[in-house]
Amino acid sequence: MKFVDEFRSPAAVAALARTIASRCTRPWTLMEVCGGQTHAIVRHGLDALLPSGVELIHGPGCPVCVTPAEVLDLAHRIAARPEVVFCTFADMLRVPGSATDLFTVKSAGGDVRTVLSPLDALAVAARHPDREVVFFAVGFETTAPATALAVAEARQRGLGNFSVLVTHVRVPPALTAILREPGNRVQGFLAAGHVCAVMGTAEYDAIARDFGVPIVVTGFEPVDILDGIARCIGQLEAGRAEVENAYERAVRRDGNAHARALMRAVFEPGERRWRGLGSIPESGLVLRREYAQFDAELRFGPPAAATATEGPCISGAVLTGQRKPTDCPAFGTRCTPEHPLGATMVSSEGACAAYHRYRLPQPA
Amino acid sequence: MCLAVPGCILSITDATPLTRRGLVDFGGVRKEVNLAFVPEAVVGDYVLAHVGLAISRLDADAAARVIAELGGTPP
Ligand code: SF4
Repeated sequence: MKFVDEFRSPAAVAALARTIASRCTRPWTLMEVCGGQTHAIVRHGLDALLPSGVELIHGPGCPVCVTPAEVLDLAHRIAARPEVVFCTFADMLRVPGSATDLFTVKSAGGDVRTVLSPLDALAVAARHPDREVVFFAVGFETTAPATALAVAEARQRGLGNFSVLVTHVRVPPALTAILREPGNRVQGFLAAGHVCAVMGTAEYDAIARDFGVPIVVTGFEPVDILDGIARCIGQLEAGRAEVENAYERAVRRDGNAHARALMRAVFEPGERRWRGLGSIPESGLVLRREYAQFDAELRFGPPAAATATEGPCISGAVLTGQRKPTDCPAFGTRCTPEHPLGATMVSSEGACAAYHRYRLPQPA
Repeated sequence: MCLAVPGCILSITDATPLTRRGLVDFGGVRKEVNLAFVPEAVVGDYVLAHVGLAISRLDADAAARVIAELGGTPP
């Protein structure tokens, strides 16, 4: 397939592994920001191709994983209402809140439907004017433009029975929070290429400069990821800390101006809590006042209040790269993809699920 | 849900700017994709699609440059 197979070429992968080995004179610790990258690294065994001193730690870039329990609890309450059709990406179905999950709400009679796009949820609203259709808007800046488009179209078409439960998050404030954590070990980032395809790279300049970390915008195929690692290590070895674009085919410096303009019209930055990272100022996208009529939290509140308990799950430490999934006592025993205790095991892009699928010792 | 997939535009229906859409081929699987954010894209272009929307038109020259540099199979 074009734009895919070329970036899986074994020859290019081998050549990049040699480049990395020849560039690397010291141990380095890099974080890949996005869960899609974590999945590709573990699936293709890319970490095994690196010099032993190079460690990849898995970042917080899985929106399913960072959604805090109180937002899930609110989603579950809304989904259980008899007048509501609750539309969600399939990944969210089995993410546990503090009491239940969407799958259980559905089995108990809630009208929970999986959609591939917020625009599909909008179509449901148009087909069922007598029902309240709510879309669970999770995701980073990659996904937020789709929500913005659905909301803008709902307003244009006068679909008053459509609303969105917004829990969109922004990457740059999370990177800053990780770098400020006591005991942070991250020396360079592989930034999430899809996020940058929308947002561009300018937001990252200040982070690279202020914290002295290289940030390399990286794609998702094996060649992309190794290229990102090679460039990041190249900068570190040379004592540079810049924003570099290793995903030029998809990412322009200014990102996607059309998507950003609509996002800016519909959302503004606001404080948001992240599972594992706590509350981070400006790290969320919230609906602007002009679009408040489409806010499911206002329509069906009360708003989500923080809940503390997260059980035996150490996914917070996993999401910030302090611990590996295999450090968790519940990993693969009490916690499995069939019976997940934490979000990082539910989502296929979560680090625990990736390790469970590709790294668990298989019975002989 | 977070993945974005490259696909080739087969046809485009121009409606309003918000609802411009096209049929996109993802390695044999064809799907309707909203093209509102890539007004410059034409039939035959590759786009990166995410949750039903194209978020970027892929630059074939940039891709070919990387491939040539890294010694992969050219597209
Ligand atoms: S293995 Fe399960 S319980 Fe342990 S950190 Fe991962 S999701 Fe949480």
